[in-house]
Amino acid sequence: MSTPRLVQVRENVLKQNDVRARALREQFRAAGVYVVSLVSSPGAGKTMFLEKTLAALSSDARVAALVGDLATENDAARLARTEVPVRQITTGTVCHLEADMVANSLDGWHLPELDFLFVENVGNLVCPSSYDLGEDLRLVLMSVTEGEDKPRKYPTIFNTADVAIITKMDLAVAAEFDSDAARQSIRAVRPGMKILELSAKTGAGMDEWLSFLRSQAKED
Amino acid sequence: MHELSIAMSMVEMATAEAARQGGAQVHALHLKLGPLSGVVKEALLFSWEVACEGSPLAGSQLLIEEVPVVVRCPECRINRTLVSIQNFACPVCATPTPEVLSGKELEVVALEIQ
Repeated sequence: MSTPRLVQVRENVLKQNDVRARALREQFRAAGVYVVSLVSSPGAGKTMFLEKTLAALSSDARVAALVGDLATENDAARLARTEVPVRQITTGTVCHLEADMVANSLDGWHLPELDFLFVENVGNLVCPSSYDLGEDLRLVLMSVTEGEDKPRKYPTIFNTADVAIITKMDLAVAAEFDSDAARQSIRAVRPGMKILELSAKTGAGMDEWLSFLRSQAKED
Repeated sequence: MHELSIAMSMVEMATAEAARQGGAQVHALHLKLGPLSGVVKEALLFSWEVACEGSPLAGSQLLIEEVPVVVRCPECRINRTLVSIQNFACPVCATPTPEVLSGKELEVVALEIQ
């Protein structure tokens, strides 16, 4: 009986997703569409934030959105009220979006005709961090009721995102939200991370967000 | 939790490589795992057993090498191993370290085959 031998493989397990995401990224760049993805825990306010963002942008830009959920088409229906093209990705039991799900959902959309594409991930602060979707900008949303130390509990998702958005600021006083503590926590796991505080409901901070978004898209 | 689908991808990769090696039997898979990969070691070990069941890899071992997060300290101008992912700062001078050089690994390094 021969002795076992070691065969070098040196391959990334998520290579398939990474390759797909890179191809998507090139496709988006070639079409001139700026892609933004959103991650957060369930209930942090992604859909409301996205609804207001789409409504504000659609007056002078061509926008579309993809929304991921395990079940129901409710989020897509809500966003459709903005009269912007929206598609639901229903994942069944899969707890995160992957690049091929995004790619398969673009059928029939002519990307060069879009300025912005938003991809709302499944509400989950763990799994989405492993999966590149080909986006230009990844937002991590955290609401004022989730605890200022949330980032320290979920460092990976904050570390793999570009911008932190603190949502539901209209509840900050009632929740006794400590903004300094939250910012410290975010910067501990991602030094220098851009942080925006806003309330999609009242509109506070939304102008700053939209200016930031527009300037990022111009730079690209 | 998606460690099971990741374990299944690993079984697929190992099966394919074993076939390339003339249908050899896989005794063990060596994996490099970083803290920023988004994958939990214990969950992956458990999922590995489940994923291997009924496959040519049944009974094979998953050997995980945990690698640290390596950051660049802008002050010390040197690469440092991060002590904790809850604090991205130089362990020596405490300067914040935004530049991450490694730590996201989820890599099949090698297979032990016969």
